[in-house]
Amino acid sequence: MDDKLIIRGIEFKSRLWVGTGKYRDFEETRKAIEASGADVVTVAVRRTNIFDNKSENLLDYIDLKKYKILPNTAGCYTLEDALRYARLARETGISDLIKIEVIGDEKTLFPDSCATLKATEILAKEGFIVLPYINDDPVMALRLVDAGAAAVMPLAAPIGSGLGIRNPYNLKIILEQAKVPIIVDAGVGTASDVALAMELGCDAVLLNTAIAGAKDPIAMAEAMKYGVIAGRLAFKAGRIQRKLYATASSPIEGML
Amino acid sequence: MKLILNGTETELKDGLTVTGLLETLKIDPGRVAVEVNLKIVKKCDYENHALNNMDAVEIVNFVGGG
Repeated sequence: MDDKLIIRGIEFKSRLWVGTGKYRDFEETRKAIEASGADVVTVAVRRTNIFDNKSENLLDYIDLKKYKILPNTAGCYTLEDALRYARLARETGISDLIKIEVIGDEKTLFPDSCATLKATEILAKEGFIVLPYINDDPVMALRLVDAGAAAVMPLAAPIGSGLGIRNPYNLKIILEQAKVPIIVDAGVGTASDVALAMELGCDAVLLNTAIAGAKDPIAMAEAMKYGVIAGRLAFKAGRIQRKLYATASSPIEGML
Repeated sequence: MKLILNGTETELKDGLTVTGLLETLKIDPGRVAVEVNLKIVKKCDYENHALNNMDAVEIVNFVGGG
């Protein structure tokens, strides 16, 4: 089935993208990524542990030939910080992709839309492939596309909340209006949430906590893989209309 | 000389370049990005970028995140 996600000429095999935070260890991270079938993994930019050169590195566990790295600017609360982290991320020479995340509120981790828009505009001009994390805000999605976003990543619910898709109607509007890939990012809790996002027509789902925080992360990673596949297939198949009353599946004709 | 290395004042031998610093710390330059006094140093400049006393050097890499 030729149903590949393409962003700025980059081909993605999987429509499930996964984060690498909150796992018990790198081995569990590696196994969960593998079980999820994802070919994109998100990472954060942080100070290298320079005083312990025996400490392991996440990238020792991720085959860069197999996986695309999507660095984020998680933890940044200002435009300046987001730009600094994004530029450092690219300077590693590992990826031109950047997930822009400028947080506006500590408690909800909702994005600062103004700073996100500005960061997107600046970094897109610098040649980054910018994927901004945004609220489920259709107008902001359009503004970000105008600013050069290669895709937009509306949240399903607050990061790490596991609440699932809080506003499917806003996502629908974003899908109709914004002519770039739409990747649901953050807030999903389980495989049915992922399936719902795909059934709505979203192009991909990015998640972390729903897998890393599950009792059995490896099994949940596999469940998410099937959630994405099932949801995408259902979307393409075209679901039946919802009706208030029943319609029999068996014929009346031939009854005794 | 002293460097403010990832936020910590650290004593190092004089006359180090960025390449020399990474070698001293046994860090693979292919995995990191380096900033000196808030300016990113491009990989191609590591060899020639001399570090000075009390330079603020940040060495970052990728860690688990979502």
